[in-house]
Amino acid sequence: MKYIDEFRNNEIVKRLSGAIHERVKGMRPVNIMEVCGTHTMSICKFGIRELLPAGVKLSSGPGCPVCVTPKSYIDKAIAFCDISGITVATFGDMMKVPGSSCRLADLTARGKVRVVYSCMDAAEMAEKNPDRKIIFLGVGFETTTPTVAATVAYAKKRNLKNFFVYAGHKIILPAMTALCNDRQVNISGFLCPAHVSAIIGTRPYDVIAKKYNIPCVITGFEPTDILQGILMILNQVASKMPKVENQYKRVVRNAGNKKALTLMNEVFASEDSEWRGIGILPKSGLILNKRYASFDAEKVFNLPKVMTRPDKGCICGSVLKGIKAPPECGLFAKKCTPDTPVGACMVSGEGTCAAYYRYRR
Amino acid sequence: MKKITLAHGNGGKLMHGLIKDLFVKNLSNPFLNKMGDAALIDVKNKKLTYTTDSFVIKPIFFPGGDIGKLSVCGTVNDLCVSGARPRYLSCGMIVEDGFDYKDLEEITLSIKAACEKSGVDVVAGDFKVVEKGAVDKIFINTSGIGEVFSNAALGMDRVKPGDKVMINGNIGDHALAVLVAREELKFKSKIVSDCAPLNGLISSVICGDIKFMRDPTRGGLATTLNEISLECGCGISVNESDIPVSGSVKVLSEALGMDPLYLANEGKALMIASAKSASKILSRMKKHPLGKKSAIIGEVRDRKDKRVYLRTMIGTTRVLDMLQSDQLPRIC
Repeated sequence: MKYIDEFRNNEIVKRLSGAIHERVKGMRPVNIMEVCGTHTMSICKFGIRELLPAGVKLSSGPGCPVCVTPKSYIDKAIAFCDISGITVATFGDMMKVPGSSCRLADLTARGKVRVVYSCMDAAEMAEKNPDRKIIFLGVGFETTTPTVAATVAYAKKRNLKNFFVYAGHKIILPAMTALCNDRQVNISGFLCPAHVSAIIGTRPYDVIAKKYNIPCVITGFEPTDILQGILMILNQVASKMPKVENQYKRVVRNAGNKKALTLMNEVFASEDSEWRGIGILPKSGLILNKRYASFDAEKVFNLPKVMTRPDKGCICGSVLKGIKAPPECGLFAKKCTPDTPVGACMVSGEGTCAAYYRYRR
Repeated sequence: MKKITLAHGNGGKLMHGLIKDLFVKNLSNPFLNKMGDAALIDVKNKKLTYTTDSFVIKPIFFPGGDIGKLSVCGTVNDLCVSGARPRYLSCGMIVEDGFDYKDLEEITLSIKAACEKSGVDVVAGDFKVVEKGAVDKIFINTSGIGEVFSNAALGMDRVKPGDKVMINGNIGDHALAVLVAREELKFKSKIVSDCAPLNGLISSVICGDIKFMRDPTRGGLATTLNEISLECGCGISVNESDIPVSGSVKVLSEALGMDPLYLANEGKALMIASAKSASKILSRMKKHPLGKKSAIIGEVRDRKDKRVYLRTMIGTTRVLDMLQSDQLPRIC
């Protein structure tokens, strides 16, 4: 079958794994970070670590959108539900993330929260229910942001007065540079996200290779993609010539997706934004810009200040920075499971803790 | 306050906890405590099995079947995998006010057709109408009695390391056919539910060398394998490349981020058979129309490590856990 089985070919996997073993001979141990949650899931699901020599360590990064969304965002989303006439529309993953008082999933019985498969579904819900105000929870990286931008542009064109977005969108690059600046973090190379790069292209990573001397390889999600990406990083480490390479050429163009980028720039503006466990990073979030301010839920509905309680014992922050692996957390697989998650990393299908729980216990 | 959620009904870990800690604990008796697909009862030296199931599927009509066919096949298959020939069914329907007569007629006719195929009769029934919205269109409960085959010798205690794990064909079709039939996803596919009565297939293969059978419905193959491993106290390992999955199911589940191993089936039986007879049983299975794609997918391992492992397509090994939370909203 095209585009699935070829990239899971056992023979090619063996050859790549052999080449990696050969490559690391005489090299110092390397720590490679896969930035994206889908990479984390794929690595665990396919048992990629089993194919790597002891000197190659893979750690997970801050690339799962639900995981990096701070608890304060969940608390605010829950607070929106208390305003009369409002329905909050969200992707399913957000439902089970614990807020300070409850989860969004606990409010479904009151008809306050609805799961949608896309932002456009939320806009259509607004069109069909003119007496209700629909707030879409806009979370996600550059992969999902253009679809939200397209929907907001559509809502403006249709002059929808009851559709709003609570924007918690994130940009991946500031998080990667923050990790490069963090002394606790020691990264020999980045497996750069596949789908985000399909939108932003290869050039934004130049700064990481040039300023921080860290190899960057944009890599697909299949086993042969990941192994080839790792081999390309090792080659760069060995040659001491860090650069940005594109392993995922069948999808990612150097210039990215211009149409999507234009749409994002038309609707969104960057601002400082809070990341779970990492803190506030400058210019790392996206909010609706002035032209689209009438769709911005935060500006339209005046919420009283929402108090957020910090999580006790949860080490999501260190997990998101790749400093610690999930089994090092005292709550992992005990108090914190996919059915009773404490931190967001256990909730999302792309979360590092969820991946470890499912495939590696 | 503790609440019942949809996840308590998805066939996964939460549901198992609820069944054990609430129902089996309070209603405890030697038959129920075995937690089989059907209870084995002795009536004047005649061995019978008895089971019940409720059907709440949305949508009620889907490619490959409807709630009527499903409510016969579901109960018939529970009897079949308990090593019995299904004989008698009861059928109770709860319908909401305003339900189309034509739809009810169509459902009844498909119950008739499925009964004929399964060799069973509906010998008792009940019909209730409730106010609109009190049920989602129509809920059906069926219960069934079957006669245990004289040459069946099923028992979890007979499962031993080295036994082979087999299945009678492609997995995942039912769940995806139903998912696509719901209009929320807004795309089309040609996937058809595997919903079918297994009495013919099972009566053609039943023998003393088949040690255990279960139909991998809610929670899919992965969850059923974990149930078996928990109950027999042995580890199990299965090979991803031997598990039959159709091209369409593979592609669609990939696109939706779902795993076919956790998708529900309604016409599949997972069997554990002794190593020496497995290939003979396999060739008999393949001769039946519902078993053409049958395969040996793995084997029972030792008692030291009681987990289920998947040997992946690329030659690595990982844990294959029970279904945790729903992959998507409940579909059967």
